[in-house]
Amino acid sequence: MDKVQLLVSVSLALFALGLLGVIVRRNVLVMLMCMELMLNGVNLSLVTFAQQTDSTAGAVLVFLIFVVAAAEIAIAIPIVLLLARNKHTLDLSAYTDLKG
Amino acid sequence: MIDSLLAYLDTLFLVLFAGGALVGAVLMLVLRAPMRVALALIATMVCLAAIYGLLGVHFIAAFQVLIYVGAVMVFMVYAIMLLDVRDPSFVDRFSRLLVPGVAGALALLGVLVYAAWTDLPTLPEGSLTAAFGLREFSVTFLNEYWLHFELVSILLVAAVVAAIAVIGVNRGERG
Repeated sequence: MDKVQLLVSVSLALFALGLLGVIVRRNVLVMLMCMELMLNGVNLSLVTFAQQTDSTAGAVLVFLIFVVAAAEIAIAIPIVLLLARNKHTLDLSAYTDLKG
Repeated sequence: MIDSLLAYLDTLFLVLFAGGALVGAVLMLVLRAPMRVALALIATMVCLAAIYGLLGVHFIAAFQVLIYVGAVMVFMVYAIMLLDVRDPSFVDRFSRLLVPGVAGALALLGVLVYAAWTDLPTLPEGSLTAAFGLREFSVTFLNEYWLHFELVSILLVAAVVAAIAVIGVNRGERG
């Protein structure tokens, strides 16, 4: 088995598991962590392709994703804390009035 | 003899850490308490950092540990400790989308892995270890991608301002 295929398969599996976690879990914090898992899967595929083609563009993109993930968490955690303070729960089904 | 043994060990560690990352990801889905989910995610991230190290991009491995495990996950663990542990979402883990979600994710994974296994060009053995170094990366990063670097710094500032604004809205409501 080729290493590239193994690593790309692992990254796809991480992405699919993260997406599954975002869909099926009820806790908002766990959903946020599953989003981080999806970003990690994408990072692994980027690093693999950057190594395969011996280009630095993939590594640059990985760095930009690091920063975007940090910004995402910095803005998402206060929103989650605010929601939890208003509704007194982390259960996503309590936030259905956000549908509008 | 020693070279083939080292290549064998390299592949063995790669498979081990890939398996560890997958086990951590599955544990994230089935564990109940958010703190354990966070620990499983940290284990997955450390396994991914080990894979990056095995691939030869050591600086990305270092930043994976420093930024993701050191900053993002510590922030997440703080948020978990701030919130109440007797939450109904801890007792009942899954939403009613469990069955269609699992079916859809399995179908997506099947299609993606099939595409990856049939369409990817295969490489000669050992070519993955020929890595570019930190010097080459830094020169390319600040010469060709300086605009992206600046844009990302603006994004970080915007995120910090937005976080302060969210907290400020809450304070204003409560007087």
